[in-house]
Amino acid sequence: MSVKTMKKLINAPEDVVREALQGMEAAHGDLIRVSYEPAMVVRADAPVQGKVGIISGGGSGHEPMHGGFVGRGMLDAACPGEVFTSPTPDQMLEATKAVDGGAGVLHIVKNYTGDVLNFEMAADLAKGEGIEVEAVVTNDDVAVQDSLYTAGRRGVGITVIAEKICGAAAEEGKSLGEVAEICRRVNGQGRSMGMALTPCITPAAGTPSFELGDDEMEIGIGIHGEPGRYREPLAPASQVVERLATAIVEDLPYESGDNVLAFVNGMGGTPLVELYIVFNELNKFLSGRGITITRHLIGDYITSLEMAGCSITLLKLDDELTGLWDAPVHTPALRWGV
Amino acid sequence: MTSEQVRDWIRRFADVVSEHRTELVRLDTAIGDGDHGTNMDRGMKKAVEKLDSTDGGDIGADLKAVGMALVSSVGGAAGPLYGTLFLQMGSASAGKDELDLDGWTAAVEAGVNGVKARGKAEPGDKTMIDAWLPALDALREGGDLGEALERSAAAAEEGMKATTPMEARKGRASYLGPRSVGHQDPGATSTYLLLRAAAETLG
Repeated sequence: MSVKTMKKLINAPEDVVREALQGMEAAHGDLIRVSYEPAMVVRADAPVQGKVGIISGGGSGHEPMHGGFVGRGMLDAACPGEVFTSPTPDQMLEATKAVDGGAGVLHIVKNYTGDVLNFEMAADLAKGEGIEVEAVVTNDDVAVQDSLYTAGRRGVGITVIAEKICGAAAEEGKSLGEVAEICRRVNGQGRSMGMALTPCITPAAGTPSFELGDDEMEIGIGIHGEPGRYREPLAPASQVVERLATAIVEDLPYESGDNVLAFVNGMGGTPLVELYIVFNELNKFLSGRGITITRHLIGDYITSLEMAGCSITLLKLDDELTGLWDAPVHTPALRWGV
Repeated sequence: MTSEQVRDWIRRFADVVSEHRTELVRLDTAIGDGDHGTNMDRGMKKAVEKLDSTDGGDIGADLKAVGMALVSSVGGAAGPLYGTLFLQMGSASAGKDELDLDGWTAAVEAGVNGVKARGKAEPGDKTMIDAWLPALDALREGGDLGEALERSAAAAEEGMKATTPMEARKGRASYLGPRSVGHQDPGATSTYLLLRAAAETLG
């Protein structure tokens, strides 16, 4: 199946981000408040005095990331950009000010050139206003191999997990330095890789982000509709999982005896039934290597519009990270323990 | 060149970006994420709005206003890069109501140095730097202002075309590795359009 024309439930391409934010505001006013000039989603009770504030941001089109992760136990604010476009420093500065409860603010930044450059400018501006800011750049995508000659590995699935775990650490009252260190540890022990069965169409472009034959799949995709590293003939889920999981496991490496959080993520256009097939294959693959899945997350959490496909993220767990993962979270998209 | 000509340059670039929006989107879709034309069009419209709402006369203040408009409205990598370019050009021409070739060259040099510091790209990485550096060299040859601007636009065009066979090492295109070869860089293309607009309005 190739998707060549745009069929979307939108009113107008230029209104997509604003109208989606209005919908979030209408639905989740108990958890978040939304502002539009500049655009940001802020935890309803921000700033929480004495707590490290945590913000993230990125292009829209990855919902529920990041706005859906704003709330108790996760993010204090999210800055949505246009679809697949980094937000801007003025948004990030306003969000930083809105969540600063006196303990400093952590910026969790996915390693994409635009996100990194805009957050760097924002951190400079925030420091100029006397706010303590630390930034951690996530870069867990093993599909990007040659990091010396590229913009470096992309930040993908681990970002969701880092936001959850850091949010819990901040709720416990840890300092900015401690929360940032936990974020770096999560990123350091996490690896991801994704694949696509179809490209996606950004509302502004109106045409597919890349061409993919009816009998092909794209391995090593990012989350912004950009093509992957190579394409192959379609294969059964077992082979796809083996391909992705082998690259992930051998990279860190994850070894026999390790406990992991396994995150099987849908790219937006893949049904849950297929994600469970992927999880089943992943569980078999990891069991065969003596690696135990002790925590999991399955569903659409870091998407690429209507792209069909999935990504797999593994995080090597220890007791502290497991405890932080299990801690209560109450956001539009993730909720447990409350 | 007068401060009014500098404003005409910005307006001309905004028009050209709007005219080439689809082409920039197409180039960026091939090796990036397809938003360069849309983002620059949105940003330059904001920049022109900002200029139209203020009194002219200070080239530095105008260029800084353009830079801030781009930083706060473009997003992506292009926002900080073009934003930094105009902010630095503005700092280098602060308080001036006209520029000669030396003044213009100094402003461009400051802007390009800002872009290099922000984006950390080297020549040959398949970025806008590959259009900027030859254009700056062409300006440094001196001579008549109009001819120098024409030379720098031609050099930027050559630099832009030279990005086609390059393998990208910065930005999203770098994720494609060898598959980025054979596509012209969208950032180098918008840089060429900026310098072509300069040759048409500032000489």
